[in-house]
Amino acid sequence: MAVDTTQDGPATPRGREFDAEPVVIEASGVSKSFRLPVNKISSLKEQITTFSRPDYRELHALRDVSFEIRRGEFFGIVGRNGSGKSTLLKVLASIYAADAGRVRMAGRLAPFIELGVGFNPELTARENVELNGVMMGLERRQARSRLGAVLEFAELEEFVDMKLKNYSSGMLVRLAFSVMIQSDAEILLIDEVLAVGDAAFQQKCADVFHEMRDSERTVILVTHDMGAVEHYCHRAMLLHDGEVRGMGDPGEVARKYLRLNFESAPSSGEDSLGEVADIVVEDAWLEDGAGQRVTNVEKGEELHFCAELEAKRDVEGPTFGFTFANPDGVEVMGFGVPLDDLPERIAAGQRIQIRSRVENRLAPGRYVVRCWIHRNRNISDIVLYSPHILDFVVFGKNEAGVAFFETEVEFELKGGEGR
Amino acid sequence: MSAEAQTPAQPLELREVRGPSATGGGSRRFFELLWLISATEFKKSFHGTAFGYIWSLVRPLMLFAVLLVVFTRIIRFGGGVPNYPVMLLFNLVVFGLFQEGTGAGVGSVLAQESIVRKTQFPRLVIPLSSVMVALFTVALNLIAVFAFILIYGVNPMWTWLLLPVILFLVFVLTCAASLLLSALNVRFRDIAIIWTVIAQVLLYASPIIYPFEIILPSFLRDVLLANPFTLIFEQARVWIIDPTAPSALDIAGSWAAMLPAAAIYVLTCVLGVWVFKREAPKIAERL
Repeated sequence: MAVDTTQDGPATPRGREFDAEPVVIEASGVSKSFRLPVNKISSLKEQITTFSRPDYRELHALRDVSFEIRRGEFFGIVGRNGSGKSTLLKVLASIYAADAGRVRMAGRLAPFIELGVGFNPELTARENVELNGVMMGLERRQARSRLGAVLEFAELEEFVDMKLKNYSSGMLVRLAFSVMIQSDAEILLIDEVLAVGDAAFQQKCADVFHEMRDSERTVILVTHDMGAVEHYCHRAMLLHDGEVRGMGDPGEVARKYLRLNFESAPSSGEDSLGEVADIVVEDAWLEDGAGQRVTNVEKGEELHFCAELEAKRDVEGPTFGFTFANPDGVEVMGFGVPLDDLPERIAAGQRIQIRSRVENRLAPGRYVVRCWIHRNRNISDIVLYSPHILDFVVFGKNEAGVAFFETEVEFELKGGEGR
Repeated sequence: MSAEAQTPAQPLELREVRGPSATGGGSRRFFELLWLISATEFKKSFHGTAFGYIWSLVRPLMLFAVLLVVFTRIIRFGGGVPNYPVMLLFNLVVFGLFQEGTGAGVGSVLAQESIVRKTQFPRLVIPLSSVMVALFTVALNLIAVFAFILIYGVNPMWTWLLLPVILFLVFVLTCAASLLLSALNVRFRDIAIIWTVIAQVLLYASPIIYPFEIILPSFLRDVLLANPFTLIFEQARVWIIDPTAPSALDIAGSWAAMLPAAAIYVLTCVLGVWVFKREAPKIAERL
């Protein structure tokens, strides 16, 4: 059974109408190109000793991009790496100057290109929150008065006078995230910072995003995560090669994105644009304990999941992730190949086999295995996303829930009709 | 947080986004950032070590001690100059403002790469805060210098009150040079290395370790006279160390003879501001 994963994302109520709201960001005909020198001259010595004029390669990062965003919208910008979305973000944030076109904006904007930029490890959280607030356009007094709220959200009150260099990376990310949401800019520009911290904190962040979606605040979210786009955004825009290729309903845009990126036929031989998957899943199967291929497993029995992949091109620093989704599209469980076991690179033509033994806590039902492959050890650098490499059935007596856990439950019953 | 965001609809006016600039983001934010960053960097320079302040004094003091021994015991010309040790120490510390300010300034924009590339940040703050840190350090060092001056036996003079004029002149030139250098260093990464050499040359091409009057009329003398530091340090000597020393006007001979130095001073300032303003919008792309 094939599950079209893009159809059944979480149901998103999109009851809000924005036609009556004022436009807060208006971009018209924005273009930006970079002149990349073939041989970069970066010293005076080279400048003097290089006689030939340097050759430049023109890279059009943005071509005639126009859009409008109305107040209160949660607007998604999606596109693969190199599609120009980060450039667009930097133009909106006044980090790059556009070559042509015009951007107009109402209200103050706070960009979050990366969490915790401008944090000074030698300073305490207190000083950093103030400094960051001022960088985001607050007055010093305002920035200081925000300290309490920032620390409360980040759950770091006890560490207010600790230098950031002594923070754990999780604490740092929590502080950065709460600084971000506490900046009271009318417009937030957010680049890929959704999944931070531990599970509990992630839930908190998700709540904040939900809240933002329903507030007056305008949010622009740049992401690879189609789930997030469908979940949070009112509207989305697809960028490809610096051009707007889609605009409107997030589900629609997400489907377009997936089609553009993953459904290009691997066998077409077209090699020029990176449209061909660098790695293809040649085979995926389940085995029983004796090494025999099986198509279904009994509830509670160990899962032996195997996959064979072939690299079509060299892939540096690959990582592999697999998730098991039930027919509702809910990813019940997932795992990645541990970093220690991963090869540094896979050369073109090389085949690798992944064998795993998975404790099976899946409730009976049909499951689809999805596969993610990234490169450069970077989960936003997707080489392959395959929504369906295998399906199988877990059989057994049905129980409530999508997975089962042995949980100790203590009961206490009070009241009711006396015996 | 969302409650605050839900303010009643205020009139929304679309304003053009003009892209990155040297001072973008309003003057209040500019000065607050400048102050905050300078102050924290300054604090930081002491925090790491228990003897933080002592360390900032060690560098000029060591140089002072070495030069003092060389010029009073080995080469023996310092002996003829009134209050030579005091003059030497004072000059070294004040010139330290230029040396340390530009030394930190030249690489500052490159060092703050992530801020420049990932936040909306008035670029001008970056080199200026480096100079501010140098200014704070020198101001602190000058307390020690004046203690030394008094101990040495120089009587306090009302012209000591003119010290801020000297510092201001050096400060402005340091800022201008830092703007110029930090902007160029983004394009040509070897500027920082070249600059350490030039700064060293400037130390000897200014009357820091010798008084100007020992140089006999010559082509060299004319060249040194075109150095703005020559006039600044000679005038400082009159005001702070030795009222009988020749003033800037005396050594130049006439107001007209001071023009080249003044022109170079103004030109450096104009060039620094102009280059930085021109480069500022493109800095994020070149990094």
